[in-house]
Amino acid sequence: MNAVRTPLIGRSVERKEDYRFLTGVGQYTDDIVLPGQSYGYFVRSPHAHARIRSIDTAAARGVPGVLAIFTSADLAGIGGLPCGWLIKSIDGSPMKEPKHPVLAEGTVRHVGDQVALVVADSVAQAKAAAALIEVDYEVLPAVVDTASAAGNATAVHEQAPDNVCYTWSIGDESAVNAAFARAAHVTKLNLINNRLIPNALEPRAANAAHSPADDSYTLYVTSQNPHVERLLMTAFVLGLPEHKVRVVAPDVGGGFGSKIYLYAEETALVWASKRVGRPIKWTAERSESFLTDAHGRDHVSTAELALDADGHFLALRVRTTANMGAYLSTFASCIPTILYATLLAGQYATPNIHCTVQAVFTNTAPVDAYRGAGRPEATYLVERIVERAARELGIEPTELRRRNFIRKFPHASPVGLTYDTGDYEATLNRVLDLADVAGYPARKQASAAKGLLRGIGYSCYIEACGLAPSNIAGALGARAGLFEAGEVRVHPTGKVTVFTGSHSHGQGHETTFAQVVADRLGIALEDVDIQHGDTGKVLFGMGTYGSRSLAVGGTAIVKAVDKIIAKGKKIAAHLLEASDADVEFEHGEFRIAGTDRRKTFAEIALTAYVPHNYPLGKLEPGLNENAFYDPTNFTYPAGSYVCEVEVDPQTGTVRVDRFSASDDFGNVVNPMIVEGQVHGGIAQGIGQALLEGCRYNEDGQLLTGSFTDYALPRADDLPGFNVELAPGTPCTHNPLGVKGCGEAGAIGSPPAVINAVLDALAPLGVTDMDMPATPHRVWEAIRRSKS
Amino acid sequence: MAVPIELIVNGKAVAAQVEADTLLSSFLREHLRLTGTHVGCDTASCGACTVHVGGRAVKSCNVLVAQLHGLEVTTIEGITPRDGSLHPMQAAFKACHGLQCGFCTAGMIMSAIDLVQHRPHATEDQIREGLVGNLCRCTGYHNIVKAVAMAANGMGQGHGQSRQTP
Repeated sequence: MNAVRTPLIGRSVERKEDYRFLTGVGQYTDDIVLPGQSYGYFVRSPHAHARIRSIDTAAARGVPGVLAIFTSADLAGIGGLPCGWLIKSIDGSPMKEPKHPVLAEGTVRHVGDQVALVVADSVAQAKAAAALIEVDYEVLPAVVDTASAAGNATAVHEQAPDNVCYTWSIGDESAVNAAFARAAHVTKLNLINNRLIPNALEPRAANAAHSPADDSYTLYVTSQNPHVERLLMTAFVLGLPEHKVRVVAPDVGGGFGSKIYLYAEETALVWASKRVGRPIKWTAERSESFLTDAHGRDHVSTAELALDADGHFLALRVRTTANMGAYLSTFASCIPTILYATLLAGQYATPNIHCTVQAVFTNTAPVDAYRGAGRPEATYLVERIVERAARELGIEPTELRRRNFIRKFPHASPVGLTYDTGDYEATLNRVLDLADVAGYPARKQASAAKGLLRGIGYSCYIEACGLAPSNIAGALGARAGLFEAGEVRVHPTGKVTVFTGSHSHGQGHETTFAQVVADRLGIALEDVDIQHGDTGKVLFGMGTYGSRSLAVGGTAIVKAVDKIIAKGKKIAAHLLEASDADVEFEHGEFRIAGTDRRKTFAEIALTAYVPHNYPLGKLEPGLNENAFYDPTNFTYPAGSYVCEVEVDPQTGTVRVDRFSASDDFGNVVNPMIVEGQVHGGIAQGIGQALLEGCRYNEDGQLLTGSFTDYALPRADDLPGFNVELAPGTPCTHNPLGVKGCGEAGAIGSPPAVINAVLDALAPLGVTDMDMPATPHRVWEAIRRSKS
Repeated sequence: MAVPIELIVNGKAVAAQVEADTLLSSFLREHLRLTGTHVGCDTASCGACTVHVGGRAVKSCNVLVAQLHGLEVTTIEGITPRDGSLHPMQAAFKACHGLQCGFCTAGMIMSAIDLVQHRPHATEDQIREGLVGNLCRCTGYHNIVKAVAMAANGMGQGHGQSRQTP
């Protein structure tokens, strides 16, 4: 008899993937050594902007072990690295898209820009040879500062003489102007969203091999989306046949966006592997990661919020300048537009919003998506200005939010999104309990007794996740589809292998997806294996970013499972001599409705592969199905965060004492994993708010180029987190009712922290604070306010 | 210049000729193919490469293998039981979800074992201080701290299996 099994969905099942990571037998790209392995090393520009007069490689070629040296002269006919999203300016003109060469062509445009590739028997030999390559540079003035890049006398690219990539806008400007004209109060805010360096702990790496047997290539690479990597590299850059290139993203040590993109290094390695005739491996040193991984954020904005006499938001007007860096990275153009300005309504029923975004080129590393990608920038702006408005109007910050919450769903925002569901009052109420806001006055008093200033800050965030309905994305300029693919392969013994186009680099898909499949098929968790990250195994995929894996990739798998069940019913009907319509599937058994005549899932699987008694005339043998799923809308995770800080007015030191979060992710498959995602996101958000800031000097030299200069949060920089998953409002348009959880923490937390710092400093007259709120910056603000 | 070295790695005697400037991390990963020890930076800042030398946690990217002549080195592979089970610290990390991408995990576990061996009754603050040499970009340390406390309390297994959605 088949006892009713406890559902796996909703349980904090321990992770299937953990054993290999805990015991050191995971396989990351740099762990792979191929027969005949050689090693690549890149010569990089020491200047932010320079013309290359000449490159002399003669001495380097004599170094023992050197196999080849390549410069752009060798790459004639190779395309530039493409940008996957076309943004048009207000006047209808397409964005400026200067070539992003694989190796610099006559000009270098940021420190770290790759100039030459040296291949040798060992890394040490390649580095020794690289040191002997003489590049004669004519140094040019550098454009570094975001705010002043447009119209700078120096042009980063000839094609964009004013350094403007595009000037784009969204929303009804005249309606916004009219609303401002009748406003009872206008709150203004200038703010900078600080530039960040993602710093996944595993540095980027690649290992490329060519097989002369069939003129094919295999690339192992630290990627969040190997199929996209392959498509872009073969079709747009190298002109190789797509089916002759296999891209494998094995265990990947974190991404946070920085491993979405097609980078020059792996592209050069694939091309060179055939010329050298040996596999070539390159692993970034951390200093290379700092210089060349795509950075994140880097916005300069002005915002104005119009309110009526009752504190209802009438309109929001925003102007943002976004730094693209020296070249357009793979998705750079859509981050400060499609993924930013569309989120400016936040959780509020603001009826009129207008936003203009100017994207600029500078002589800095390319800027692209970093955890949250546009949505943290929008949330930071909205939640800062809302709290400032509350302070100016003397309204409790949570009360002002409540007055403006969206309460009816679906809700069409004035910036193009339709929120399907949510309950913002519920997450706010929940987090006020969690954070023990009632006990705050006593804690503030206790801090004061120690000479410390305690402050409390709130943030109510929303994000648009589950990227994305392909037709909407296409209408907005996407040059790719954003569906996901999945395949469910049932083996003759009833064991199941699932192939997904999503990629796990820490998210725990091997467990979460297996929980979903095991539940739906009524089989044991250990009988389901999840495979991902290999174009040679997985049919297709768009990869993992934008908190899309379960909502989009998981749905594709569910659709494939449902096809398996539908076919299984036909097989069962044949075996049970019933009509297809009379067979139902439950708890891993096919049975004739209302009877005890049944077949187990394993029996049906075996029959499909040993089809002796089988309806061969109308049904193919085998049990293997795939599905593609294109979502009909984004998903809208939302939540409320509360941060309490203690500021030492003597030193400017800020300590996060308490951090509470209530998140509505809809249905949750594995609460333990989801809470872990929130923890990590909050840590990165606190990092942005208090510690992390990428700095270049005026010459474009990176000042924060190592872990000793760029402060990643360490264990003693952070408190424990009080995270609770709200009962939730399930997503209305995917079968799992899930919304996505990977970015929420990084989106919601920075404004909560800065609002808390400003609350702490309010008695001293400090009214503004940019991120990161370092001790020096806080101390200066206190000193200025006193003088 | 090659120099001869002899040391004990994970209980086995190892003799080799290495270039004098060979780092312990490179020796482990490239010569011995013990790739559980990871390299995450070039400034001895991230701790991903942490191993034990003579029982104490050491960043293997920051020591020359030639300095370790005659000493005993233990890596993540060396603390893993051969029967498919886990060291109590490994089990605690699994039960508490103290890892995500896994890249920092080996170094984190090696540091945590040293921490607990020398401070078996460490408070949460002391655990956080004890782990400052190891960066994790995924977990926010919350569950790592829980895991270390659990391992220190000798409650290495079972927890986390039956937790229900609230």
